Amino acid sequence: MGQVLALDTLLHSRQVWQGRAAPQPSGSQPTGWATLDAALPSGGWPEHAMTEILLPADGVGELQLLLPTLARLTREGRPVMVISPPYVPYVAGWEARGVVMSNVDIVHADERDVLWAAEQCLRSASCAAVLAWPLHADDRALRRLQVAADTGKALAFLFRDRRHAVQASPAALRLELESTPSWQIRVRKCRGGNPPVSAVPLASGWS
Amino acid sequence: MLWACILLPQLALDGVLRRRPPSNEPLVLVSGPAQARIVHAANASARAAGIYRGQRLTAAQALLQQFVMVEHDPEDEARWHRLLAAWAYRYSAEVGLYAHAVVLEVSRSLNLFGPWPRFESLLRDDLQELAFRHRIALAPTPHAAYVLAGVHDGLAVMSPEILRETLSPVPITRARLPADATQGLPSMGIRTLGQVLKLPRAGLQRRFGTELVAQLDRLTGDEPTPMDSYRPPDAFEQRMEWTHEIEHVEALVFPLRRLTSDLAAYLAGRDGGVQRFELELEHRSGLPTCVTVGMLAAARDATLLFDCARGRLERLELHQPVLAMRLVASDLPPFVPAGRDLFDTRPTHAVPLDQLRERLRARLGEQAIQHLHRTVDPRPERAQSDAAHVKAATSPETLPRPTWLLAAPCPLRGPAPEVLAGPERIETGWWDGGDIRRDYYVVRTAQGQCAWVYCAPGEQGNWMLHGWFA
Repeated sequence: MGQVLALDTLLHSRQVWQGRAAPQPSGSQPTGWATLDAALPSGGWPEHAMTEILLPADGVGELQLLLPTLARLTREGRPVMVISPPYVPYVAGWEARGVVMSNVDIVHADERDVLWAAEQCLRSASCAAVLAWPLHADDRALRRLQVAADTGKALAFLFRDRRHAVQASPAALRLELESTPSWQIRVRKCRGGNPPVSAVPLASGWS
Repeated sequence: MLWACILLPQLALDGVLRRRPPSNEPLVLVSGPAQARIVHAANASARAAGIYRGQRLTAAQALLQQFVMVEHDPEDEARWHRLLAAWAYRYSAEVGLYAHAVVLEVSRSLNLFGPWPRFESLLRDDLQELAFRHRIALAPTPHAAYVLAGVHDGLAVMSPEILRETLSPVPITRARLPADATQGLPSMGIRTLGQVLKLPRAGLQRRFGTELVAQLDRLTGDEPTPMDSYRPPDAFEQRMEWTHEIEHVEALVFPLRRLTSDLAAYLAGRDGGVQRFELELEHRSGLPTCVTVGMLAAARDATLLFDCARGRLERLELHQPVLAMRLVASDLPPFVPAGRDLFDTRPTHAVPLDQLRERLRARLGEQAIQHLHRTVDPRPERAQSDAAHVKAATSPETLPRPTWLLAAPCPLRGPAPEVLAGPERIETGWWDGGDIRRDYYVVRTAQGQCAWVYCAPGEQGNWMLHGWFA
């Protein structure tokens, strides 16, 4: 650490735990869900970092969680990469939620190349957000993505099965989606604070 | 008028050296009939051993036991010469070819590229990059620039008055005068150009003919120089050949970098781009292996071209060793540079989005990247398309649509779901044989997922899953 850092910036970036609740900084990457923003220590998605989203099954609202963010980014004209999604993104449904599809690149990659493609996109620093569905990813691979997201200053979203919850993960934020009895999110890990104890309920709705 | 002359003293040798990886081993170009082979050119380490141009090959072999021998190919040399003319065309609209030299008119280019010292360093940087040794001189006439480049590297004469002074000490042997004058004048006791220029013209004309006088007039600028201006060809073709066989793709990477950077130099000169080019790998027998490199948009950046070509080449399996590689680019669309924001906040090491896409396509396949847009077709299977020619719908759809679509509908398993909305009848497609007649519902499964399902009209059961409201 050769460079001089102001103490304020260190405290504000919440890398130092002070033992008491610091005032909530307003995040520059709001999730679009007020309850979730309030529960997260960064007030939104952690910037320049990877968010891991654990799912019990496909189609439990993982896109609804992200679409407000994607809509915000694509409307600003910033590109978003969707790497090897499990199903075909249905344009009408995405556009109904405000996403500009011309800024969304859908990348088809084999199982082996998903992580490579995600890393390339993140590292390139020309994408605002990268969504990826890797089937097999170990701790090393995830750490690479986390570093790439940091270098490329992009948001990385990784969708994985719930059974990976027991694995350690270098992600800055780990969320677990629950669909029964109601749609809610459990924060498993978040950088900059203790994860909230109770699940965060989200207003459910399919349309 | 100001003319810059780029003299290429080692054109043939540089042309051979640049297609091999850098090394220090002695290399000699040979020419001449089989009985009397002579050294045409030698690289630095061969010259250090005492080999010189014009030496008998047997003498050279006596001096040095081991050196690489390459047959001199005048056709090859001419090709490099034309490549450099194409490169120079980027800097000036008037480019001429002299033996072992390229001349270009620069008085107007100076407005664009800055004063001569800066312009000169631009030229030198480019030539350094292309790996051609060179000498550059500037003079008010092309012929004078040609003569001065041979005498002194980096000389710049801006005005015709100084030109005469600068030319006078040049020895006759290096003044590039007609051959009979070069031989005859020294025997008359005339050793420098200054002495010739002082002689009465009438006498010179009587003794050596009109050619010498005309040459002198062109040299000093008293008479304009007729010049065939170079016009760049409409297609790029470059070939590299090796004396040995290449069996691994990795060994092709270095020559590939040269070929693509030559292509980039040519494109920059032409102010064009390339969207598709072909790499042909020639084998000892059989048809050449052809690799087509296609890009999403016209490009001319050397790194991008190399990246794309390398990605395609690395996926290739060589069945036979390669003897030669040819790069052909015949379709050269106009190049439109990408607009960048002046206040771009992206980090400096950022890879441009186009380059990222090309890199992904190079490894994952041509069709790896899709941009979906909505079509006017109401059938869910055809409601979106990747193809650019399919018309995009403009009005947004108001009916509930899922965010995930299954590529092919499948039966919904598990306990009976709870119906949330529906039915929505989609009955259409009679015009192209793909007609459907379905009732779509939104249901919630036992796992809490919201699904888009359909069944035959009138019945609520036998659900077919078609999408997820994820």
